[in-house]
Amino acid sequence: MEALSPTMEEGRVVKWHKHEGDAVKTGEVLAEVETDKAVMDLVARADGVLRRVAAAEGQTVAVGSVVAVIAAPGEGAGAGSEVAAGGALEGRASGVTSAKVAPSAGRDAAGTAGDGAPVTGVRTPVATAVAAPVPPSTAEAGGQSRVKASPLARRIARDSGVDLKLVAGSGPGGRVVRRDLEGAARAPAQGSPAPPGTVAAVPSAPSAPGRPPEPVRPGAPYEDVSLTQIRKTIAKRLAMSLGPIPHFFLTTEVDMERAAEAREALNHELGEHGKVSFNDIILKATALALRKHRACNAWFQDDHIRYWNEVHLGMAVAVEDGLITPVLRNADLKSLTELGREAKELADRARSRRLQPTEYTGATFSVSNLGMFDIDEFTAVINPPEAGIIAVGSIGVRPTVVEGVLVPRRRMRITMSCDHRVIDGATGAVFLKTLKQMLENPLAMLA
Amino acid sequence: MATATVRSTDASVQTELERRMLRQMLLIRRFEEKAAEGYALGKIGGFCHLYIGQEAVAVGSLAALRDDDYVISSYREHGQALARGMSANVVMAELYGKATGCSRGKGGSMHLFDVARRFMGGHAIVGGHVPLAAGIGFAIRYRGGSQVCLCYFGEAAVNIGAFHESLNMASVYKLPVIFCCENNRYGMGTAFERVAAVTDVVEHACSYDMAAEVVNGMEALAVYEATRRAVARARESSHPTLLEVRTYRYMGHSMSDPLHGVYRTKEEVEEQRKRDPISQLAAKLKDDGALDDAGFEALDADVRAEVEESARFADASPDPEPGELMTDVLAD
Amino acid sequence: MATLTYRDALNQALREEMQRDPNVFLMGEEVGVYQGAYKVSRGLLEEFGPTRVVDTPIAELGFAGIGVGAAMAGLRPVIEFMTWNFAALALDQIVNSAAKILYESGGQIPVPIVFRGPNGAALQLAAQHSQAWDAWLAHIPGMKVVAPATPADAKGLLKSAIRDNNPVIVLEGEMLYNTKGEVPEGEHLVPIGKAEVKRPGRDVTFICHSKTLSVALKAAEQLAEHEGASAEVVDLRSLRPLDEAAILSSVANTHRAVVVEEGWPHSGIGAQVVDVIQRDAFDELDAPVLRVTQADVPMPYNKQLERLAKPSPERVVAAARRVLYLD
Repeated sequence: MEALSPTMEEGRVVKWHKHEGDAVKTGEVLAEVETDKAVMDLVARADGVLRRVAAAEGQTVAVGSVVAVIAAPGEGAGAGSEVAAGGALEGRASGVTSAKVAPSAGRDAAGTAGDGAPVTGVRTPVATAVAAPVPPSTAEAGGQSRVKASPLARRIARDSGVDLKLVAGSGPGGRVVRRDLEGAARAPAQGSPAPPGTVAAVPSAPSAPGRPPEPVRPGAPYEDVSLTQIRKTIAKRLAMSLGPIPHFFLTTEVDMERAAEAREALNHELGEHGKVSFNDIILKATALALRKHRACNAWFQDDHIRYWNEVHLGMAVAVEDGLITPVLRNADLKSLTELGREAKELADRARSRRLQPTEYTGATFSVSNLGMFDIDEFTAVINPPEAGIIAVGSIGVRPTVVEGVLVPRRRMRITMSCDHRVIDGATGAVFLKTLKQMLENPLAMLA
Repeated sequence: MATATVRSTDASVQTELERRMLRQMLLIRRFEEKAAEGYALGKIGGFCHLYIGQEAVAVGSLAALRDDDYVISSYREHGQALARGMSANVVMAELYGKATGCSRGKGGSMHLFDVARRFMGGHAIVGGHVPLAAGIGFAIRYRGGSQVCLCYFGEAAVNIGAFHESLNMASVYKLPVIFCCENNRYGMGTAFERVAAVTDVVEHACSYDMAAEVVNGMEALAVYEATRRAVARARESSHPTLLEVRTYRYMGHSMSDPLHGVYRTKEEVEEQRKRDPISQLAAKLKDDGALDDAGFEALDADVRAEVEESARFADASPDPEPGELMTDVLAD
Repeated sequence: MATLTYRDALNQALREEMQRDPNVFLMGEEVGVYQGAYKVSRGLLEEFGPTRVVDTPIAELGFAGIGVGAAMAGLRPVIEFMTWNFAALALDQIVNSAAKILYESGGQIPVPIVFRGPNGAALQLAAQHSQAWDAWLAHIPGMKVVAPATPADAKGLLKSAIRDNNPVIVLEGEMLYNTKGEVPEGEHLVPIGKAEVKRPGRDVTFICHSKTLSVALKAAEQLAEHEGASAEVVDLRSLRPLDEAAILSSVANTHRAVVVEEGWPHSGIGAQVVDVIQRDAFDELDAPVLRVTQADVPMPYNKQLERLAKPSPERVVAAARRVLYLD
């Protein structure tokens, strides 16, 4: 049983696609396995014949134990000649290796040839369709091809989290030199245009095949800022008082009249081409507000805080027996309709448990909306290492005083949960104020 | 050329000098024998050039110097260091490379120094220290001092340019330097007459208008008297002198060289041993009734004890601290 | 401040130090009656007499050794080589005696001596008279090596050299003797081992010393004029000890460097400077460090060939363009 998600400890065999005696090829789907998060494909790691199935459909198997044996044609399933599929990965030569592994494991995969020839197991958690499920960070990307860069350029890239592989070098032989990074290394907030000839570093958020390429923006994906002493003390003391994550909560009530008007107008305009939901508007406004308030778009990282220069929005989706938060990558850069389409598609796949690990990891902030359940307001639990989440209640008509007159208005309550190690009260409040303004005056989103 | 004659009118003073010189020569002989043993045992490394056979030169010449005079030598300088009064302990410890050595283990056999005794070093590039002697003489004259500088070198150094440049300038500038050429007849394995057009070293003095003398280097008293004359010339009129002291080494050029073989015969070495400077002086003292066999034995035992103690001292002494590696490269 | 030639600045330093310390004396070929082959010692014989201003035979090894011996006995000799080209003959005394006696005597005998004279090429003197000794001499532990480029540094470094308790090599330049500059009067000491930024800049560091300072300064002007790039010019002044901090500090600001020297490229001073930079400023570098040196040939006599052999501002600018990625 392969580890098919970062946190998977065991997997339940949902369905076998191959049966004993079937010929199998490297990369072919052998079975569907339900992990703690999704139903994943278990693929063959060697060519041969599926000699033995060791786990029945419905059976739960610990990661690292044998679920099937692939052998060379004519070979038995005995020890020594067997090639276990999804078999023991722990140290033993197992014949299990990855045909679709992350680039960093590619070298190991290259050795997979043989009919029954034992090859070294690969422990990298492997997804069937995409690269390793890592956050959309680029700095540590394993290098199978050496990038030519000056030592200074390497230092700048290291400090600012730019992937040198994605930077076109202008020096001799394509050497990346400082000037190639001058735009890339600068935080977008500073807004300096890249000098001519500069090829901006592209954040390398893993994208699933078939999707349109994500928007390109200059600048490093994030900046790590060391904890100051006061920050360290706050982190330590608050954690002592309120459990691992010292939460605090901020609630605001938002007037949704103009958002509702805008939504109606948009939907009228779109007609058959789509539909914008309140949730889409909330997602979009949250993403834009986060762009303005990087202080809330952050991860707590024990000894430092990682402030993200990209907005990857987690969206809590209730599934049959739990909750999962698929991620809308670069949500601030997507149009409302794009965002809506993607949110719906992700939610559908989440409910059918077809999400890939990369699709539910790497969020920089999350939104949880229980409005459809007629919940007025609630508090949400932060999804670490994120530092904040907003809980969105239902939109209801409430008596409201507008310019001294009591009138019925469509109102909605938002409660933000903050990790006090990262976000202080005022920090959260100004973010929430921006979010409120955007929702109350959707035109502000264009600003 | 003058010959050695004893001028002392006080017989007891003369006898005392002779006894002291005999003891010093014996000390050097036993010390060098012990050094050979130490070398064979691996306690002494690198090059080790022994003085056995040449003892009369160092002992006779240094007996003519004052304490404030300067001495500088080549790499065959154990004998001169001991005759100058450096203790067998610090010299042996230096040969052993120990922290207690006279150069704190950094110089070794070829670089013995004792600035307090104005022993300005053993120097290991043949002829390289001859200009230094002229420079020390220059400093003495510059300050108007009455000291002299006594410089030892082998006959092979005479073929080096530095020797000629130094003698020329010492004569031009009238420097109080005694150039003491210890002619032991072989530069390593090459007989002097095979490589020198003029084999009488003393004749080179003519080229530089310098006083010179040939001395019997197997007789300590002869060396003493000749050096006294040279010292007087230097002190009184600041004139340099070239002494050609004819001597003989019984050992190989260094401990890694054979005693004899391709370049000289065993018979020749045996013949020279009959002129042994220690035997000669001991015989003279016995003839004069100033020493008997028992007295000689006692002297030898005393010297052997001193040498044994030096080996014990060197053995027991610590190596220089690792931190010593980087010190003494530059002065403050 | 008076404007003096490099020659007179050296003369002033010698005169002041000889007045100050009776142990200081000058020795060399033609230093006395002839007043110096390059007139650095003009007037000194008259003032200090023949005991302290000593003419020698043409015997570099001999008088270098006399200097070392005198220093061992406590004097402070200044040994003038008519040019360093002749000092090859004296190398045994410099390397084996002056530089080693303190160490091999276990710290007992310091050798406070100055060896000085013009170094490197002048004009059309051909191979044997046009040799830069910088790298040879700076290689040796137990000595210091200075190479002043300006009259003020010439005075200040020679005075510091004479007062130093170690052998100090002073590399002068025949082509420098007539250059003029402001020189502080009296007690002007330049510390040995300290470089100086002779022109501040942002984009590239030129590291130079002695005659190549003027080459580097001209190159910096050309670079500013034609490329709009600003070069910082660091004059090493001392080659041993080398002011590594000054080199690193400048490279940390400019991220690129060109080392200019008069000597040959192989195992040169520049190689040492590059070693310092790659070792301690590796992450600062945006380009490889380039060197501009004398061509790797004996110096030719022909004027055009000689010009080609020497470091020139044009070659420095070309190197700067490469490290600035302007080509």
